[in-house]
Amino acid sequence: MNKIMRGLLAAALIVGLGALFPSASGAATKPSGELTVSAAASLTDVFPVIADAFQKRFPDTEIRFNFAGSSTLMNQVIAGAPVDVIATASEPTMQIGVDTSLVARPLLFAKNLLTIAVPAGNPADIKSLADLQRSGLLLGVCDTAAPCGAAASELFYKNKLDVTPVTRELDVRSLLGKVISGDLDAGIVYVTDVKAAGNKVEFVEIPITDNVLTTYPIAMVADTQSAELAQRFVNFVRFSTTSQGVLRAFGFAKPW
Amino acid sequence: MRGQRAPLFLLVPGLVALIFLVVPLITLLAQTPWEAFPKIISSPEALVALRLSIITSLAATGLAAVFGIPMAWLLAREVLPFTGLLRALVIVPLLLPPVVSGVALLEALGRRGLVGGFLYDNFDITFPFTTVGVVIATTFVAMPFLIITLEGGFRSLHQRYEDAAATLGASSKRIFFKVTMPMVAPAAVAGLVLCWARALGEFGATITFAGNFPGVTQTMPLAVYTALESDRSVAIALSLVLLVVSVGVLVALRGRYLQTRAS
Repeated sequence: MNKIMRGLLAAALIVGLGALFPSASGAATKPSGELTVSAAASLTDVFPVIADAFQKRFPDTEIRFNFAGSSTLMNQVIAGAPVDVIATASEPTMQIGVDTSLVARPLLFAKNLLTIAVPAGNPADIKSLADLQRSGLLLGVCDTAAPCGAAASELFYKNKLDVTPVTRELDVRSLLGKVISGDLDAGIVYVTDVKAAGNKVEFVEIPITDNVLTTYPIAMVADTQSAELAQRFVNFVRFSTTSQGVLRAFGFAKPW
Repeated sequence: MRGQRAPLFLLVPGLVALIFLVVPLITLLAQTPWEAFPKIISSPEALVALRLSIITSLAATGLAAVFGIPMAWLLAREVLPFTGLLRALVIVPLLLPPVVSGVALLEALGRRGLVGGFLYDNFDITFPFTTVGVVIATTFVAMPFLIITLEGGFRSLHQRYEDAAATLGASSKRIFFKVTMPMVAPAAVAGLVLCWARALGEFGATITFAGNFPGVTQTMPLAVYTALESDRSVAIALSLVLLVVSVGVLVALRGRYLQTRAS
């Protein structure tokens, strides 16, 4: 390949990127300011990484996070919390905001699958979903008000499992913590949560046909004082290759 | 004392404190869904949580009495070495964020904890996710209230009554139950009520150590927090029940015990 060809290729690449992110190259106003992003607890690890990439591209911006259960986050928005962007782990929860015109049109940016988390070494020797029905097994789930709990209920229903969990934790982190510590034999959590925990926890895969998908919508909060920046962040999370690459690395599946 | 004119620099911030403390509680009353209230608090979920709360808080108070009253006496009479240090250690759970207490309990009594691991491996005993676990968590958090209240009671006691009983030939057991305890009764009752109220309100250590399951470990505060995630009006109605209990405790303490001590 000669020099000219390489130059042309580079130019084409830059133009291509510019077309994808017109704001980055040619926008009249340089985005700046602060954003408060409310995000589902299961995004605790991945969103700061995406935010770093966003801030690298737009250095005059500052992103603060508020992580909690999706319904808690939506309740906060309903109560008028000063939030610019909300990302939930549940479409119905986001729909509440859409129906009340509190959020702008949401975009689906990621998907997550359930898995069976077990302590290192799998002491209860769980091999499949059916093993969760064993009596005396200490199985933990999230409360049904939390997306991970609703998904787990759906999982049990879909596979006609007769299980008796011993606890309904209020969020997935506390559930996983009790699996890691060995106080629970198994917990139904997201694939992304076991990925984040590294080798402190093992997991038993649930076949995709038996599995329950969780979709993640993100939207600008209608009342935001910095609508332009908020929408830019929403688009960045959904459309940028950087953000989608980071999401894959953390175990999230494509939403489309 | 009465009728004294309050200087402005005390009156204004004082009233701010009053408003700050009272307004949220009044708001809770105002927000209570009164029409739905009887239905909510008589629902099976609420009754199960209430029953569990009453049982576990009374059990915790009982345990605190059996072990905490002797500890208060030991501290008051300084019979153990390093009493100052021991007192500080006993009070730590009172100052600790309850979640931290829950984590500490998991490390000690969880299935892979220092003591809990031994109990599980040898006797197949586990505490987390059981009602006993709730009692353990609430006792851990609530017992210090009884100990420090009662220690004060034991300390303010004139030892000459016990000495007199001893010279009359009473055994130390008889002295303790017939002389000492009746004389510290107001402090003991105040301590027990405080301990019980704290046990009833316990949330952080319970959810961390014992988990959250209706009928087994989901006490009233956990039910309130869980309901907050799904139905706010249920959470408010359950909160009101706890608020009424707290006010009841205050009235009982003020009217019958604290006042007599002050006068």
